[in-house]
This record gives sequence, structure tokens and C-alpha cells, in this order.
Amino acid sequence: MAELRGWKSLRANPVALAAMAILAVLIVASLAGPFFLPPSYAQPGPLSYAAPSWQHPFGTDINGRDILYRVLSGGRISLLVGLCGAAVSLFIGTSYGLISGYAGGRVDSAMMRVVDVLYSVPRLVFILVCINAFDQRLREFASEAGWIWLVSSSRLVVLILSLGVIEWLTLARIVRGQTLSLKNRQFVSAASALGQSHLKILVRHLLPNMTGVIVVYLTLTIPAVIIDESFLSFLGLGVQAPQSSWGSLLADGASALNPVKIRWWLVVFPAATMALALLALNFLGDALRDALDPRR
Amino acid sequence: MTWARVEACHALAGPAVTGGGSLAHVLRWFVDTCPFTSHGVVSFLIRRILALVAVLFCVVTVTFFLIRVSPGGPFDAERKLPPAIEKQLLTKYKLDGTLWQQYTGYLGDLVKGDLRLSTKYRNRSVAEILAQTLPVTITLGLCAFVLATVLGTIIGVAAASGRGGPKDFFAMLFALLAISLPSFLIGPILILVFGIWLGWFPVGGWGTPQAMVLPAITLAAPYVAYIARLLRGSMIEVLGQDFVRTARAKGLKERTVLYRHALRVAILPVISFLGPLAAHLLTGSIVVETLFHIPGAGGFFVHSILNRDGFLLGGVVIVYCAMLVVFNMTVDVLYTVLDRRIRLDG
Repeated sequence: MAELRGWKSLRANPVALAAMAILAVLIVASLAGPFFLPPSYAQPGPLSYAAPSWQHPFGTDINGRDILYRVLSGGRISLLVGLCGAAVSLFIGTSYGLISGYAGGRVDSAMMRVVDVLYSVPRLVFILVCINAFDQRLREFASEAGWIWLVSSSRLVVLILSLGVIEWLTLARIVRGQTLSLKNRQFVSAASALGQSHLKILVRHLLPNMTGVIVVYLTLTIPAVIIDESFLSFLGLGVQAPQSSWGSLLADGASALNPVKIRWWLVVFPAATMALALLALNFLGDALRDALDPRR
Repeated sequence: MTWARVEACHALAGPAVTGGGSLAHVLRWFVDTCPFTSHGVVSFLIRRILALVAVLFCVVTVTFFLIRVSPGGPFDAERKLPPAIEKQLLTKYKLDGTLWQQYTGYLGDLVKGDLRLSTKYRNRSVAEILAQTLPVTITLGLCAFVLATVLGTIIGVAAASGRGGPKDFFAMLFALLAISLPSFLIGPILILVFGIWLGWFPVGGWGTPQAMVLPAITLAAPYVAYIARLLRGSMIEVLGQDFVRTARAKGLKERTVLYRHALRVAILPVISFLGPLAAHLLTGSIVVETLFHIPGAGGFFVHSILNRDGFLLGGVVIVYCAMLVVFNMTVDVLYTVLDRRIRLDG
């Protein structure tokens, strides 16, 4: 019932509604938008660094490509990486935390020490080294196996996996804490007295009781993963051209900034779109936390 | 501010002081944390240093093997090198032998304090490169650190004292923006507005104090916001306590009540955040250095990965990790001291 009450209080919150509306518009625009713009906008054209006009509302970049088109297709990649990366971290973090908390004792403390050690490894190093180590391998493997789609997007796949693998630590701690507090409740003892297997107790009894916490944390993980991906793309280590993401667009814009020719549209539009998405996700996460707070 | 000073200030201004001046507190702390008791400061430090060695070992091992897993070597170029020369290069940079031999050899050199030669910047040692670039990164980090703590404290106190009012609203709105938006988004906007449209500060480079303003602000912005939020929360709690009412009843100026009395207690959560803060500033400076063309260690970090410069990467990673662990250790010591004082005072 908690979910139903949470949904009601979420609908009564104008900030949450606005955030959801903005997110919906952004998702639909980045999924559908590129189909409605002329296909020539994706290709290099004669208009280099054209200022915003009716024809190109967001202006064009150095190669004459339309910025609106690039922002929308970059949004596709950023949102995709955010969602998939968060999903990977959700899967790893939840199962790790559940097992650790449910097993208890030495297993638990050993598993949590592993988390502590991983916390102290610099995330950026880990991600960069992973990309470097596995990207080309995966591409070679994919071309040998004949999976064409994987060859072009192997960088993206490695990026999603390594971001997911790096982001699960906090969730594992949260889920473990929840498991510890739930596993001695009577409904768990009853289930185990009825002879249910450990797996069933974990999945059918413990997991449903912590969906609220997990959902809230998930909405806060998505923007974190988006930021990580854009950070890497900004440094030129993430998504590779001609694919773009908000981070690589910002990097392009920042490198084109100079006091002689002010090409503000290269920075302002990608920055505004990304800011809108991140703020909406953060507001939604906060609102969800309030709505699902059991103390209310 | 050192812990002794915090303690001294607190002894003068705080609630329910027993045992007189700060010296008595200091002495008591030393007795309580005598190195031979089970949870003394010395055993704590020893445990932490052992943990540091363990973390460094893990990180070095992981980076070493991961960079070797990837195909291609440091001397790959458009033109294939003659085998004899390549062999000589491999010997010079100690990249010959089996992987295991290379690994143990590298660990041995590290124990001796030799970070080896960079394979990309030929004939320059990793130690040399670090000695040139780290001071820049540390200066930038220090500026941002001071900026984040000072500005964050001021904004947090202002928000808490004007709770519910317009001051609070705008402070928290700023905090939300600065926390949700990454530095590579804030940075270009700052460059555009203050560097280009207004022309107040240079848009890049390093060396003059003006050139440090925008990078330091970009680096510090999210942490200003975080500290302001943290402090606002704890300050609101403290402002409701009896000793604050007493201080106000005595007729002290509001400013004195806020900064002299309430802040001393409310600052504790902020102090525990200083360790992670230092860590975040260190990694955050990679983007800021790239954005503002600052010759710091961050750029070498990124390029060492692209160039497969394993030893340079190893050196940067070791220094970064060691700094992170040391920062956290310092803050933990600081915090146990402060925490102990609070328990003593009741």
C-alpha cells in the first residue's frame, strides 16, 4: 500500500509533476526528434558556425552540423547510458547487498570489506582502464563473431558496463542495511519455518519490502551515471565521434570558445538541455524520497 | 584551523565547560589516547598506514595488469620499429621478460622509491613529471578547498539564521543548482559569462592570480553548496539548544551567537566531510585543468592512459591514492579528537 500512498503524494507535488513532464518531453524529443529533422542536418554542411536562425534554431557547429540535431541524438546516448548503467548497478548492488545482509556473520563482514576496498579505488582510474582494456577486445571479438551492431557500439557497451560496475557500492550498503533490519522479522521466520528456500525468501519476502528505498536511490543513480558518462566524453575518453553525447558536445563548445568570435550557442544549448535533465531527475528523486518516506 | 584551536575556542565559548582552559583538555586527550591503550592514536595510525599500503598494493596491481590486458604497446606507431630497436627499447624501459617478472620487478622498484621512466615522454622520469605538475594541482586544490569551506560556511550560517526567509530560499536554490550540475557544465558557462562577455578574468592559462579565479570557483562550486547544506542542517539543530538561548539572553550580538557559539558545535559534520572533499577536489581538478588549459597532473593522467604510458599512470595513481588516504586519515584523527571533546563535555 505504501506505493499507492506514495504515488498519491507524488501527484499532489507540483515540483515532481513538472520534473516528470520535463523528463517525458526530453525523452520523447530525443527519441523521436531526429526522425523529424531533415537527414542532412546530421551530415557536415557548408554552414560552419552559423548563429541560431529559423533554419537552425540552435545554430551549427564547425562542420556545419545542426546543433539541435546533435543535442537530441546526444540526449539519446546520455539517457541510454544513464538508464542502462543505473540498471546494471541496480542489479549488482541489490543482489550483493541482499546476499551479504542475509548471510550475515563472517560472509557479511568479508563482503563489506570488499566494498570498503573498492570505495578507495579511484573510480575514474577504474573506468578509464576498463575502457582501454576491454573496448578493442570486445570489438575484435564482435567482428569475429559477426555481430555488426556491436562493432560500432562496443565503446558504448563497455562504458555502460563499467559505469554500472562502479556505481553499485552505495546501493549495496543501503540494501544490506535494509536486509539486516528485515531478516529477523516474524514474516521471514514464518517463511523459513514453512520451508521456503533462501532464494525465495530473498526474492519474494525481503526484496518487495525495500522497493521504496531502491527506487529512490535509482532515481539518484541515473543522473550520477549521466554525469560520469558526460565527464568521460568531455575528456574525450567516452563516446567517440561521430556519435555525440552531452559531454562531448560541451567539450566541443568549450574548445570553440574564444574572445574574438563569440560562439555562445555551442555551449549554451547543450548545457541548458543537460542542466534541465539533471535538475528534473534530482527534483524527482527528492520528491520520491519524500513520498515514499515511511515516517510520514 | 587546528583541532587545538577549535578546542581552545570551544573551551572559551561553548556550553558546560568543565576542567578549565584548553591545556587541561589537551592533556586529558593525550592521556586518554595513550599509545599503549587499545584504541590509542598510535595504534590507529599504524592500522591506517597498513591499510594505506594494502590499498596502494591493490591499486598498483590492478592498474598494472589492466593496462597490460589491453592490446597494443607503448611503442606502437604508424611505422613499425625494427625488431632490434624495439627490443632495446623494451630492455631500457624494463618491459622485457614474462608478465610476472615485469610485475615483480616493478613492485621491487616501487619499494625502492623508483617510479621509473615515462615511456611516452622519453628520458623524463615519472618522478620528474610529477614534481613539475603536482604543485600546480595542489595549489589549485588548496584555493578551491579554502573557497569551499569559507564560502560554504558563510552561506550555510546565513541560510540557517534566516530559516524560511528569502535568504534561505536563495541559498538553497543556489545549492541545488551547484550540486546537480557538474563542473564541466558550470565551467564553460563561467568562461562564457565572466571570461568573454564581461572580460573580467582570463579564460585559461596559469601563473597570475586572476587566472586562478575561474578554475577555483568552478572546482569549488559543488562543494560550497554541499557544505552550505550540511551546515544549514546542523546549525538549525544547534540553534534550538539551550546554550544558544542563554547566549542570546545574555544580550550578545546575533553575529557573536552565530559564529562564536553555535558554529563551534555545528561545524562538526563539515569537518568530517573535509577528507572526502579533498579527494573530490583532487579528481575534480582533472576536468578543470583540461577546461582551463592548466599544466597540472590531471592532464598527464588522462594522456598516460591514452598513450599506454603504464609507469606514468602508475605514478599518478599512486600519488593520488596516497593523498586521498592521508587526507581521510587526518580528518579521522581530527574528528576523533573533536568527538572525544564533545563526549567529555557532555
